[in-house]
Amino acid sequence: MVLLSFGALVVAWHLGATIWPSRSFPAPLLVLQTFISETTSGDLPYNLGITLCRVAASFVLAMLIGSVIGVLLGSHRRADEFFNPWVILFLNIPALVIIVLAYIWFGLNEAAAIGAVALNKIPNVVVTMREGTRALDPRYAEMAQVYRFNALDRLRHILIPQLQPYIAAASRSGISLIWKIVLVVELLGRSNGVGFQINLFFQLFDVAAILAYTLAFVAVMLFIELVVVQPLEHTSTRWRRSAA
Amino acid sequence: MNTHQLAGVAARLKVNIEEKAFRSSNGGTIEVLRDLRFEVEQNEFACILGPSGCGKTTTLRILLGLDSDYRGSIQLPGLADARIGAVFQEPMLLPWRTVEQNVRLAIPKPNRETNLDGLFSTLGLSKMRNFYPAELSLGLARRAAIARALAIEPDILLLDEPFVSLDESTAQQLRHMLLSVWSERPTTALMVTHNLQEAIMLADRIIVLSERPAHVIGMFDIRLPRNYRNEQVKADLLRSFNEKFAGVRNAP
Repeated sequence: MVLLSFGALVVAWHLGATIWPSRSFPAPLLVLQTFISETTSGDLPYNLGITLCRVAASFVLAMLIGSVIGVLLGSHRRADEFFNPWVILFLNIPALVIIVLAYIWFGLNEAAAIGAVALNKIPNVVVTMREGTRALDPRYAEMAQVYRFNALDRLRHILIPQLQPYIAAASRSGISLIWKIVLVVELLGRSNGVGFQINLFFQLFDVAAILAYTLAFVAVMLFIELVVVQPLEHTSTRWRRSAA
Repeated sequence: MNTHQLAGVAARLKVNIEEKAFRSSNGGTIEVLRDLRFEVEQNEFACILGPSGCGKTTTLRILLGLDSDYRGSIQLPGLADARIGAVFQEPMLLPWRTVEQNVRLAIPKPNRETNLDGLFSTLGLSKMRNFYPAELSLGLARRAAIARALAIEPDILLLDEPFVSLDESTAQQLRHMLLSVWSERPTTALMVTHNLQEAIMLADRIIVLSERPAHVIGMFDIRLPRNYRNEQVKADLLRSFNEKFAGVRNAP
């Protein structure tokens, strides 16, 4: 069904491109040719790899820092009251502003790029994980206290399983948000990566190459979703499906 | 505020709670416990019996170390750091871990891989070791909770109405199972219940509490070994209990 749906889209695209031939609207076959030539030259895999590394680094950073802050705010009411305005403030700063400021303050380097992307995502993670922490069942914590679970066991067996749906939600929205911001970061201040290449082809008006890069990247993200995220979710919620 | 005496090797459980009060939402205080004093001998099975809402669960929470906002002192049996086997009103198994994982997680790290075959088979859980709690009936989940409490080889066993909301035959089966695992390795045990028949079947001693604020009205010792307590004996015990505490408590 998924294949059929995508197939129909490609056919429609092909028909459109044949009816209104234009340099700025290439047919799917041309995009495929560009994709192949860019792949054999090694440009596409290299830039794709660089971008994926940035996505992964920002994602891990944002999830870790955001989760820790979120759990702390969710479990300390006073701290939450104090810091909540900060969270709202950071939630509403446009991504572009954070990126530009990071480049100005920390220079056009990798750390500034990844930091800026992570900073854009952290407030979202904080809000989601704070909700999750508020929804924790205190009775499990009491059970853990009576049976003297150590800190690591509490984290692994009490806290993380209860937060799992919230972690999944934050990751899902996180990946899609982060990879879009990474492209902007690359466009503004990096000399490689998919975002940089797209900017380059924009100046050359090479729409086929832009589409080739975009589709390649989307395909990779789809692959990650199907092969990594969904099976992971499947195993971690195994206990949920069978009810007595 | 209070002293949580745990030092030294103490054989028995000593409870001496002078006062425990809750703050109500309208700003007043509700006194729950007042001068609650009792002791439980080593390896004795005691039941706390009292009207509902009299503070039985609160007492147990204090003993479990979950509530330290009270005046008085308690002393748990065993070494300085008594190991508590707790069976809560709800089974409180982790839904995302299997029965066996739930039991093993409660055991301190060095002994975590200990052999649990005997315990599981006495409780009839051998086939359910790899089940998730959601796949168990309430009765089976309660058994798993009992297995967890006993697997840690506790210095004291604290049970909070572990047989409520089960049908009578299941509850009775569970009581027999509890007795058989407990007698394999006796330990000081304190069970909260509002079921007099249950107390008479299980206990060496019944501690009768008053209405709120709770204090001990009296003790009812049952020295007869449990295997001599047949229906006739239990009926006699019930009668003499009701004579002793006539009018004090609402008979079940």
